[in-house]
Formats: sequence, structure tokens, C-alpha cells
Amino acid sequence: MLIALIIVIVLVVIVVVAVVAIYNGLVKRRQQVDNSWSQIDVQLKRRHDLIPNLVEAVKDYMQYEKETLTKVTEARAAAISAGAQGPQAQAQAENMLTGALKSLFAVVENYPDLKANQNVMSLQEELTTTENKISFARQFYNDSVMTFNVKIQQFPSNVIAGMFNFHERQFFQGEEADREVPKVDLSS
Amino acid sequence: MYEQIARNKRDSWLLVAVLVGLLAAIGYVFGAAYFGSAQAGFGILGLFGVIAIVWSLIGYYGGAGMVLAVSGAREVTREQAPVLWNVVEEMTIASGLPMPKVYVVVDPAPNAFATGRDPQHAAVAVTSGLLQIMNRQELQGVVAHEMSHVRNLDIRFATLVGILVGVVALVCDLFLRLGFFGFGGRSRDSGGGAGLVLLIIGIVLAVLAPLAAVIVQFAVSRRREYLADASGVQLTRDPAGLADALAKIAADERPLHNATRATAHLYIANPLRKKKTKESAGLFDTHPPIAERIAILRAMEQGAAAPVA
Repeated sequence: MLIALIIVIVLVVIVVVAVVAIYNGLVKRRQQVDNSWSQIDVQLKRRHDLIPNLVEAVKDYMQYEKETLTKVTEARAAAISAGAQGPQAQAQAENMLTGALKSLFAVVENYPDLKANQNVMSLQEELTTTENKISFARQFYNDSVMTFNVKIQQFPSNVIAGMFNFHERQFFQGEEADREVPKVDLSS
Repeated sequence: MYEQIARNKRDSWLLVAVLVGLLAAIGYVFGAAYFGSAQAGFGILGLFGVIAIVWSLIGYYGGAGMVLAVSGAREVTREQAPVLWNVVEEMTIASGLPMPKVYVVVDPAPNAFATGRDPQHAAVAVTSGLLQIMNRQELQGVVAHEMSHVRNLDIRFATLVGILVGVVALVCDLFLRLGFFGFGGRSRDSGGGAGLVLLIIGIVLAVLAPLAAVIVQFAVSRRREYLADASGVQLTRDPAGLADALAKIAADERPLHNATRATAHLYIANPLRKKKTKESAGLFDTHPPIAERIAILRAMEQGAAAPVA
């Protein structure tokens, strides 16, 4: 009788410890997802802040490229207003902005004066690194979301997740042009 | 990755334990041989043991500073090296690690290393030659490799190896010299064959100890380099950058001025080379053959699964 009681108590303790461990693990993962999302946010804001400076610096040189500049400015405004509409809408607007910036830099290549300008050069480096930081932050965010979502679906953590209202998160989709066609080599 | 972190923690402890033991044993043999009595041997044993423990603590907390000083690295700010700083910052975002300190070594030979005791106290150093010849993509590959060393805690183990192994060689050299003086003077008074035998053992140990230490040093770093290459690519998702960077480093024949045997294993490519590019790894190489590393990275580029050791 006593032995049975001890066994039951031991089992209960094991279950409680396991539940606490899984719950804490989920909280940690969710925290990481939130942190990496805010990192993307920081970099996107940084890009929004840099763009007016760049436009200001290049507009005197680029009398005949008004259209490109306008596109960048518009895409920036659209991206800022899309910020409140959730990851998917925001990703779409930000990808538009990335595209607009790419065509602006392509145009800058045609102006030797502009390329040699110290101010433009440092702005270009700042924007390059910010672009990279956005894509690395996105990569880290998506990795975090993936491990979090897997935890939520897997047994036994899915039970705990259901009990305590953990929900799956959305991925931050990259722009279509980023995705290269996978190389398939059947010869080897 | 988590296994690698655990392994590095364990190896660091093991290294300290082995070296404390080794140094205590050497202390005993030298003490007994030099002063001609077992009591003196135990005295020196204790002394050496304490010295070894103190030195391990110094190595753990101050090792990174020593390595950086010996390498002639100086810290740079964001303003002084904006591109390098930005690339390091990009890699901290990709890896989720805190920002390390950034150092530059003024030397035309392209190379890089990372040191520190944990990711919160880490430093990444590159040579000015590396900054000159690498484009952004290649620099990113190199920095990603170094950040992988930081994340895997390779930096803790490698820095400890450098500091502790360096000192064993030093102590042995010192006492070998003292031993010869002792042979002419004191040990003759104590007389007897026992002193002579101990002295011979002492000399053998003095020769073997640094050799053993060096072999330990060689054994540790090769697998780590492959792993850091692979997990660096995991950060950049761009094997071509690191492969191109390694190819450029391999093409450069100049040795790095400030590299020593105690710090050589920290670098991304052997800084003490390089008479000839060898095809296979020899027993005494601190680094895997660079051609093989490039071949693995090129295979990743083609979409083959990365052979992670």
C-alpha cells in the first residue's frame, strides 16, 4: 500500500517537472521569436530613416531620374504604413522597397560623380549593411519561428502548448527574386 | 552545435586538469633531481600545482587579452573600420550572439582569429591585409567562420590551449637549463645513482612535455576548422564567399609577422606556413589542408549535403 503510494507520488512529481520544463522551453522559444522579430523591426526602421538622406544626397545629380527617386520615396511611405498590418503585408511592402532601392543603386552606377561622392558612398555602405541585416534578421526570425512551430506541433509539447494557448507564428516571406531556382544535378 | 559547446566546456576542464597534473609531475621530478630528495620533490610538486592552478585562472580570465597583445591587435571603432564593423554586426544578427570586440592586426598577410572565454567576452581580429584584398562577400565568409568559433566556444578552449601549452614549453626550457647547472654542482654532493636517474628522467620529461603539449594542440583544431566552416556557411547561406576567401588566403605566401607557435591554431589559416601547399594533413599541421576545405565548400555550393564531422 505504502509502496503504491510512493510510486504514485513519484510519478506525479515526474509529470509536474516535465510539464514545467516543457512550458519553460516554450516560453523561451516564444521569447526568441519576439526578440528576433523586433530585430527585424529595428533594421527596417533604420532603412526607413536612411532613405530620405540618400534621396537628398543624390537628387541634385539625378535630374533625369526623378521617376526612380519617386518610386523609392513612395515605396518607403507604403512600407511604413504597412507596418501595422501584420508580418505578411509588411513583408510584401518591404520587399517592394528593396526592389526600388536596387534599381536606384543600379542607376547610381551610371553616374561616376555620384559614385565618388564620399557622402553617397557612406550612405550606400550603410544601406548595404542594413539590407544585409534585414535579411539576416529575417533568416534568424524564420529559424526561430520554425523551431517554435515544430515544438507546438510535436508530442508531448503540443499538449502543453494547447493548454497554455501557444499559437504558431507566421514566417517572414522573402521577395520572390531572392529565391533562386534550385540546381538539380542528375548526372552524378 | 550544442554537443560542440558541451565538448569544448569539458575539454577546457580536462586540459586544465591534465596540465595541472603534468606540471605537478614535472615539478616533482625536477625538484627531486635538483635537490636530491623526495621531500623537496613533493614541495616543488605542490608549488607547481598551485602555480598551474593560478596560471589556469589567469589564462581563463586574461588569456584573450594576452593573445591579442601578443598578436599586435588593436581595437577599432565603428568609425575607424565601418565595413568590418558592419559585417561583424550582420553576423551577430544572423547568429543571435552579442557584439564582440573588433580588432585589426596591421600586417599584409591575410588572416583572422577569434578569442575570448565566452560569447559575452569575445573578440574577433582580422589583419589589415585581409581587409585590403577581400570583397564584402568574402569578408562576410571569414567573419562568419570566426563567429562560429565564438558560438561553439572553440575560443575558450583554443585560448586556454595557447596560454597553458605556451607556458609548459617555457617552464620546461627553463628547468632544463637549471638542470644542467644542477648536474655540475649540487647533485654531485648528494651522490648516488638515484639522483642521476632522476635527472635523466627529468631531461626526458623536459623534452617530451612540450612535444606532448604540441601534439595536443595539433589534435584539437583540425576538426574544429571544418565545423566552423560549415556553421559559418549556415550563417551566411553563402559557401562561395568563404571558399573564395580561403582561396585568396591560400594564394598568399607571406607568413604572419606576430604569430607564434602558441597562437597559430587560433587563426583561420595556418599563419606560420607555408613552404608548399600540401595535399594531405600531416601529424604536425595545426590546420586541415586549405584545398580540402575549399573543395568541401564548393560541394556545398553545388547543393551537396555538407559533411559535418
